[in-house]
Amino acid sequence: MKLKLAALAASMSVALLTALPATAADYVIDTKNAHASITFRIKHLGFSWLTGRFDRFSGTFSFDDKNPDASKVKVEIDTASVDTNHAERDKHLRAADLLDTDGFPSATFESTSVKAEGPDKAKITGKLTLHGITKEITIDAARIGGGKDPWGGYRDGFTGTTELTLADFGINRDLGPAAKTIELTLNIEGIRQ
Amino acid sequence: MRWLGAMMLVRDTSEGYGIISRLFHWLMAIAIIAMFVLGLWMVGLDYYSPYYNSAPNIHRSVGMLLLFALIVRWVWRAANVKPSDADLSPLEQKASFVVHWGFYVVLLALLVSGYLISTAGGEPISVFGWFNVPSIFQMHGLESRAGYVHKILAYVTIALAAVHTLAALKHHYIDKSATLRRMWSGPPTE
Repeated sequence: MKLKLAALAASMSVALLTALPATAADYVIDTKNAHASITFRIKHLGFSWLTGRFDRFSGTFSFDDKNPDASKVKVEIDTASVDTNHAERDKHLRAADLLDTDGFPSATFESTSVKAEGPDKAKITGKLTLHGITKEITIDAARIGGGKDPWGGYRDGFTGTTELTLADFGINRDLGPAAKTIELTLNIEGIRQ
Repeated sequence: MRWLGAMMLVRDTSEGYGIISRLFHWLMAIAIIAMFVLGLWMVGLDYYSPYYNSAPNIHRSVGMLLLFALIVRWVWRAANVKPSDADLSPLEQKASFVVHWGFYVVLLALLVSGYLISTAGGEPISVFGWFNVPSIFQMHGLESRAGYVHKILAYVTIALAAVHTLAALKHHYIDKSATLRRMWSGPPTE
């Protein structure tokens, strides 16, 4: 009898463990209606912040607020969609000595682990492929909010920031000592599928 | 005085080119070659070069002046008698036709593509700070495509100029014809 109970408990705990990740919901990032953005900023000569964004990207994530560490996120960016509100600069950013968007038309990020750090905060580690080079990066993420939207859907939204060193990704154009790193911010709202 | 009269003849005749056509020819030739060299040099400039902003400003400004000059030159060409090319062989006449009209078409496309690089985002081009050429067509990403076309056409222009120069030297030194001379010193006045 004791043996049977132990076996039952074991099988129940296995069932619970396997059931846990299944409760995480899948989301598609709402790029269609642009409730998401990928922006960056870099210091110009060390005198000011220059901001820009990638106009075209797509992505998905899974999220369960009961078990945030099981979350996953994947984003793909169309690098040629870079937009800094200055056509000639955008042309140069796409050129071979910077993003080389003909050679590397997309950049991708895929999470490998998520560690919750207190309520609504997490560190997302994953692989970023940019300019053909894959590196592990960590994004400081925060949950902004989530719930039913007014149109019958369910949404969750996050923001995340990270800092990249351009040379780590083989981007060696010298933009000056204050412009060796770039800050990247992802604002994503997902629609639960 | 007859020499001066030939130099200053305004309109083209069947014998040769007037002063307007010759000025268009030589000033644009100098500007186009200088623009090619300037363009090649400026795209390789370091971000901290003192010319990083001024060189493209000059390139854009001269480019807009060349665009106006090309249009006025074409109108002038159409409004004048074409100097005779009867001393050329039929094949040379055909080749000459292709190169001369090729210049108009390629230069127009070259200058328009350059204009589009700078204006694709809606910004105007300031010509030496004298006046602005406004943007009339905006499209995100157009600047990169226009840049690709601009680069190819710049090389095509220089290739055409090389063919044109070699042909002129051939007519001058081998055929000993007036082809090159009449672009320099104008038509006879009698």
